[in-house]
Amino acid sequence: MTEILQYFGLPVGISSVSGRIDEIIVIVHYLMLVLFVGWGIFFIVSLIKFRESKNKKANYKGVESHYSSVLEGAVAVIEIVILFGFAFPIWAERVNDVPDSRDAEYIRVIAQQYAWNIHYPGADGIFGDTKVELVDEQDNPIGLDRNSEFGKDDFYTINQMHIPVDTKIRVDLSSKDVIHNFKLPELRVSQDAIPGMTIPVHFTATSTSKEFLETAVGTKREGKSLEIACAQLCGLGHYRMKGYLTIHEQEDYSAWLEEQAGYLEEEGDDWGDDDDWGDDDW
Amino acid sequence: MSNDHHHEENFIQKYVFSVDHKIIGLQYGITSLLFLLFGFMLMMLMRYQIAYPETVIPYFGEWLFAGSGGVMLPENYNTLGAMHGTIMIFLGVVPLAVGAFGNYLVPLQIGAPDMAFPKLNAASYWSYFVGGVVMMASFFTPEGAARSGWTSYPPLSIFESGQTMWLLGMVFLITSSLLGSMNIIVTIVQLRAPGLTWFRLPFFIWAQLVTSFLLILAFPPLESAAILQLMDRLVGTSFFLPSGLVYAGSPVEAYGSGSPLLWQHLFWFLAHPEVYVLILPAIGIVGEIIANNTRKPLWGYKSLVYAIGFLGFMSFIVWAHHMFLTGMGQSMSAFFQLTTMIISIPSVVVLTAFFISLWGGSIRFNTPMLFALSFLPMFGIGGLTGLPLGVAASDIFLHDTYYVIGHFHYVVAPGTIFALFAGIYYWFPKVTGKRMSETLGKLHFWPSLLFMNGVFMPMFIQGLAGLSRRMYDGGQQYAHASDVLHWNEFMTISAFCLGAAQIPFIVNLIISLAGQKSDDRNPWKSTTIEWSAPSPPLPHVNFDSSVEVNHGPYEYSVPGQDEDYCPQTSP
Repeated sequence: MTEILQYFGLPVGISSVSGRIDEIIVIVHYLMLVLFVGWGIFFIVSLIKFRESKNKKANYKGVESHYSSVLEGAVAVIEIVILFGFAFPIWAERVNDVPDSRDAEYIRVIAQQYAWNIHYPGADGIFGDTKVELVDEQDNPIGLDRNSEFGKDDFYTINQMHIPVDTKIRVDLSSKDVIHNFKLPELRVSQDAIPGMTIPVHFTATSTSKEFLETAVGTKREGKSLEIACAQLCGLGHYRMKGYLTIHEQEDYSAWLEEQAGYLEEEGDDWGDDDDWGDDDW
Repeated sequence: MSNDHHHEENFIQKYVFSVDHKIIGLQYGITSLLFLLFGFMLMMLMRYQIAYPETVIPYFGEWLFAGSGGVMLPENYNTLGAMHGTIMIFLGVVPLAVGAFGNYLVPLQIGAPDMAFPKLNAASYWSYFVGGVVMMASFFTPEGAARSGWTSYPPLSIFESGQTMWLLGMVFLITSSLLGSMNIIVTIVQLRAPGLTWFRLPFFIWAQLVTSFLLILAFPPLESAAILQLMDRLVGTSFFLPSGLVYAGSPVEAYGSGSPLLWQHLFWFLAHPEVYVLILPAIGIVGEIIANNTRKPLWGYKSLVYAIGFLGFMSFIVWAHHMFLTGMGQSMSAFFQLTTMIISIPSVVVLTAFFISLWGGSIRFNTPMLFALSFLPMFGIGGLTGLPLGVAASDIFLHDTYYVIGHFHYVVAPGTIFALFAGIYYWFPKVTGKRMSETLGKLHFWPSLLFMNGVFMPMFIQGLAGLSRRMYDGGQQYAHASDVLHWNEFMTISAFCLGAAQIPFIVNLIISLAGQKSDDRNPWKSTTIEWSAPSPPLPHVNFDSSVEVNHGPYEYSVPGQDEDYCPQTSP
């Protein structure tokens, strides 16, 4: 059934949770299909069998058995199984098993109209302070305080998220202005970014971008890699609030981190980064 | 104090500021049908943009979007989206289902001369009218109409233009619904004809009663929330604004420490029961028409009544299933998933009872019945596709995708609106004393059914691909949408054909109004009380003889009787 849903458009899943989320989508669709086909057959048979020209006189009592209660009971039981067997455990893992920042690759994502700021803690693994007063949309969109204890080696990118494969990732998600939704469709990750709140998101990617692209060969998607989508109406530029996600092998990721640290040393306080706004007129 | 207050009324008193529930019902009906048409046109513009992004819109583009050479801009698209939702729900379907059908039929079906509070009834319509005027006027203000979605999530809605007029309009619309629903409740409780016990009430009356309770209990929180949001916009409070925001490059001047999620809770506390406000009157109409056209009693009448009562109650404790992705913890998400699954059971009971009602009938396939019958599988699709959205784990992926759009449109468009069409065809002879054309009716029905599915079925496919809603360019930016974008053109063409399929309906209304009046009070050979009144019913009193009820609502094909129906008022 996963294949059928994939035929209908469900993207190939490439995270530690995608298999279980796809599984529950499939199970619920089976339930829907059985109910719909069951009702449908009964409906069509009734319409043909009891049309006025064939059945001149209606039966006052109609159906006298109460098998329908069995149907309703069965639906209730199946739904309970879906909830307790599948839905609750998945959700518990999502919200209760958030890895400690030391046990995972720790990244902050700060959403704003219409871009994703990806904040990395640098070599010390600890984020520097950020302050609203320091926010400068040109030079310091996240308001990072370079003078704070852990702020010297922090760096950030805009719309470019890089992560290692097969490693727990913890993203602390927040927003500067309005509500956005951080969605990685292929990883089955989606979480609202809500101003005033910091919400942890965690996941493990199970394929690299390169491996994913190989699965897309021959489809309309060929050559188009992974993206961060905004999935909550956030204003006029909502439709183009797109980021890019690159999943590396561990070595390549380390190399990328070093490269970023290198930029920082080169440019000192007046540093830049590999900005890619995805759009030039925002 | 007999009938001496029945002085001659002039045109204004009779047709404009009338207190007769039938005139008010018709006012509601005509206004809301016009709004439905208007909301549909907004959607056609959006669908054109989705299928052919950023191209000049033929014929209307240069006139509507003069500033951009006939191309729709993102702000236009967001405005159309927000206003399509608002108009369809608050100015179209609810006023038609509750304002028009409720007002016109409730007194007639319970054998009453009018609503309990006729002046309140008129106030309810005129409050709705003012709300509608404010919403329409907002298009022509310098700020334009609202563009933050019909859900109006802050902080966006507080920063974006157009929202003030929307909030003001909503205050009038909500006030109207509160007045109307109070009136319906009192009318049903107090004005039933002698002998009309609770379990002799037609199912439609039960549906209106539950609906009115939902309106009266769920709308006040949104009305207060709308006023709070208005204050956030106008006088600098920050009920929904947290501290430390940076908007468009500069810090937001606000006291802060408010919560954007507070709005979502207040909004969905209304908006989920609102879904049942949209669907219950439709279920009521379908029940009436199925009983009449199968010529047998509704199967499981009492279970149906209990089911919709339970549905109404449960609808107050499922609201946060719209908010699974706001960072909800385990116990709260578990609670709302559980209540959501529980509420699916009475829905299954209702649908199953309707299907079983067909068994053993002598089914007549007239236009009202076709619309009522197609409601069943269409509402079935709408209801079933709610399941993967109500389970939080699958909602992670499907949330805010086209899957959601498909789901609730199946509930409301081929669901509720088909039921409302069924109701219009069915009660038209009572309202006018004339019949609508069956040929034109079928010409309306079959293409509508086909194209309705053409518009909404592909949405499930796009949703499964993860394509988000509310995209100005229809999702062209995104790689994960590339497999399903080709559906956009198909859906847009279906939408335009669906528009064309409404022409026979409009023609039918006009031709039938000009047609011959018939003396037959009860052309469908129905049992319920409204059919014993003259067609149209007499102004202010409805009935020309006293009403006494001796039978249940659906005494069709009673064994041993010659006629296949036994009206509630027969001895």
